Amino acid sequence: MSRAEQAVSDRYVRVVNSSAGGLLARRVGLPRPVPLERYHAGDPVVRGRVLLGGAPGGRLLSATAAVLAGARAELATGFEESLRSLVAGAGIDATVFNPEAPGEQRFKALVFDATGITDSTGLVALQTFFHPTVPRLQLCGRVIVLGTPPADCRSVRERTAQRALEGFTRSLGKEIGRGATVQLVLVAAGAEDGMSSTLRFLLSPRSAYVSGQVVTVAGGYAPPDDLDWERPLSGRTALVTGASRGIGEAIASTLAREGAHVVGLDVPALAEDLKGVARRLDGEAIELDITAPEAPAALAERFSSGLDVVVHNAGVTRDRTLAKMPSERWSELMEINLSSQERIDEALLQAGALRRNGRIVCVSSMSGIAGNAGQTNYATSKAGVIGRVQALAPELAGRGLTINAVAPGFIETRMTAKMPITIREAGRRMSSLSQGGLPIDVAETIAWFAHPASTRVSGNVLRVCGQNLLGA
Amino acid sequence: MSDRIRRVAVLGGNRIPFARSNSAYAHASDHDMLTAALDGLVDRFQLQGQRLGEVVAGAVLKHPRDRDLTREAVLSTRLAPETPGYDVQQACGTGLEAVVLVANKIALGQIDAGIAGGVDTTSDAPLALNEDLRQILLELNRTRSTPGRLRLLGRVRPAQIVPEIPRNSEPRTGLSMGEHCAIMASEWGVTRAEQDELAAHSHKRMAAAYERGFYDDLLTPYLGLERDQNMRADSTVEKLAKLSPVFGGPEGTMTAGNSTPLSDGASAVLLASEEWARERELPVLAYLIEAQTAAVDHVHKREGLLMAPAYAMPRMLDRAGLTLGDFDLYEIHEAFAAQVLCTLRAWEDPVFCRERLQRSEPLGSIDRERLNHNGGSLAAGHPFAATGGRIVATLAKALRERGSGRGVISICAAAGQGVVAALEAP
Repeated sequence: MSRAEQAVSDRYVRVVNSSAGGLLARRVGLPRPVPLERYHAGDPVVRGRVLLGGAPGGRLLSATAAVLAGARAELATGFEESLRSLVAGAGIDATVFNPEAPGEQRFKALVFDATGITDSTGLVALQTFFHPTVPRLQLCGRVIVLGTPPADCRSVRERTAQRALEGFTRSLGKEIGRGATVQLVLVAAGAEDGMSSTLRFLLSPRSAYVSGQVVTVAGGYAPPDDLDWERPLSGRTALVTGASRGIGEAIASTLAREGAHVVGLDVPALAEDLKGVARRLDGEAIELDITAPEAPAALAERFSSGLDVVVHNAGVTRDRTLAKMPSERWSELMEINLSSQERIDEALLQAGALRRNGRIVCVSSMSGIAGNAGQTNYATSKAGVIGRVQALAPELAGRGLTINAVAPGFIETRMTAKMPITIREAGRRMSSLSQGGLPIDVAETIAWFAHPASTRVSGNVLRVCGQNLLGA
Repeated sequence: MSDRIRRVAVLGGNRIPFARSNSAYAHASDHDMLTAALDGLVDRFQLQGQRLGEVVAGAVLKHPRDRDLTREAVLSTRLAPETPGYDVQQACGTGLEAVVLVANKIALGQIDAGIAGGVDTTSDAPLALNEDLRQILLELNRTRSTPGRLRLLGRVRPAQIVPEIPRNSEPRTGLSMGEHCAIMASEWGVTRAEQDELAAHSHKRMAAAYERGFYDDLLTPYLGLERDQNMRADSTVEKLAKLSPVFGGPEGTMTAGNSTPLSDGASAVLLASEEWARERELPVLAYLIEAQTAAVDHVHKREGLLMAPAYAMPRMLDRAGLTLGDFDLYEIHEAFAAQVLCTLRAWEDPVFCRERLQRSEPLGSIDRERLNHNGGSLAAGHPFAATGGRIVATLAKALRERGSGRGVISICAAAGQGVVAALEAP
């Protein structure tokens, strides 16, 4: 299993992928999750052929072809003269695909520009393109539909058609299986040059556990030209709170892999773990309680020389039904998960510590979207995070900054390992990918938000949940 | 050497009808068939006893005994025995390459007239000794002592009696030509229906050409055959659709109907300088104006084995200052319907033309009515080295009939090669 890993603890995935277990699972009709492919340093963006198509009149094909060319993806297209000319113009040696000719052609990814659909009758283009091609998708394949943000549409009919795309991608995500993911990327007019980091992320194994999501690429400014796709965060400094273990440690490691100088932060009680992480990543450690009154000022002072990425990962759960929840339990959590973030960001912004093209990335939660029994406090804080992202995004745009959030679903961590088996199994299987995610999946998503090319990605809340049924 | 390049005229051609393998010509050798084709040409142009500049021909499947096949065939004809001859071999490009070689010597003034041809038999195919047995026999020949020779003979095993049968597979890939073409068909998205349509068209056009007597002065009956044995005047897309795939697995699109069958036959073309033709009052059918060969790397660059003509064509067109649209007739050898369709698609494809041919614009498309107007190899059959001569004579005559215009020939060959040539009406 060199290219596909999974949590060691998820025995079920291993059992159903053995020959005997697979047979049993097929017979009994049990979910059959496939081991997801994940990214390893040095891997190509896509390992396999990408089929590019589009509804006539679409505006994203050229930009998409350029991104694919830059990513050195093997490309295929249909025969349409316009499409072939466009691909030739992008300097891509694309093969042809004729759905009417039987053949061995298989694809790792299907990318469809639906921006040309301006009427509900045109939506059949989705069926025409995907009907013959979805069965040709390889294991852990990728499906990306590109659309226009409905609010930007000129006519009622266009808006209707563009909004309809989401129903398509979400449903396809649920039925596609075999480790494949399906996304809708909405690109505003004028933001065509801002898709590169997003398409690369969604096409690659970095987005292994992201499916059924809608990403908006809009606003902001054009990405810089001199991008190092191998180590995009090289020369940048990233602060990661709660970095000593679990998801936080994975975030710190991933940002370091991307070239960032990582400063990890955690409470003094976890100092030993934190120092270990900092040493391993050749970064720095800050032992600090973020809820302390002096913390915001201390951080603003510490990063007065400049900071590029802030990841608000630190968070806790203090579960109890509301009837049994004392106020300390509520307040302590709210301080750590939400209020301290607000104060720290305000201090950093006020001090001008965040450099131009800087990034704020917050960690929300599936509970914040769907709600969860026993987590009124937690879900309130995590929904509040979403509010912050949505409110701050337009405000930060003027300063060349972006803010986004990830909302993890069931991620295999020490916390979930302690869950009762029934709840844990339900959490894992109740998703399109029928398995839990890994901390790295959250970290990769954050690395995409943090990417210097993600200038037009702001105000997004992306679930990393394998398209979990809850709140979807 | 003369510093003047002369125009090269195609004066006519002759072939024997092509037969299906192990049928009418099962017992005819390459020598027999090439002699028959040459003698028919000699009769038609009153060349008895004449010493021509050169006769150039070849065969793809050739017996070791047929060293100097062409020269030996010349000696069997009524041409003057002082006519020199030599063999060439470039797989299915042999026939057209022979035409180019003769034409070049005429153009340079080294000869005034010559014959180019080709022949092949898949019935009277050469079988070779089993390699192990061959090694033992060679060693036996080198061994002097009787005990040593007996020891060697003791190594002979019954299994070594099985001979080496010539295989229709590429030495460097191990795949047959059909399998290679099936890969191309899949890569270019060629459908079964398109291939069957092209095959039906080929039969229909060839039958029509026979009906109006077009082939009367291009063929000499041989061993009871008066027309190409493979041709089916009543071939239809519906009938072809019933055949099972033979290449590309059960999902494949290539059948015995849209691939050329193994065939036997021979052809010859008479080429000369204008002066030579004028002296004998022989009308010129067409002039050979350009030719080009190309090869692709099908081994390491995963190029389609039979795609070389797609490269040869633009190189020739550029040198001649012509475009693909500048022709009135197109003869693309139908080794497989899929090969023709892949080639046409490549010339139409902006990506192929830009990435592989380094052209900003596609070469363009071809009006199908002008393609293989008098039938192609799918109908006629395809005795490998004889196809070039068949096509040159057919196109030259068609241009003469039109009275004006240009025609172009494209032939794919094994080992990733291709030969193209252009003809012009007088």
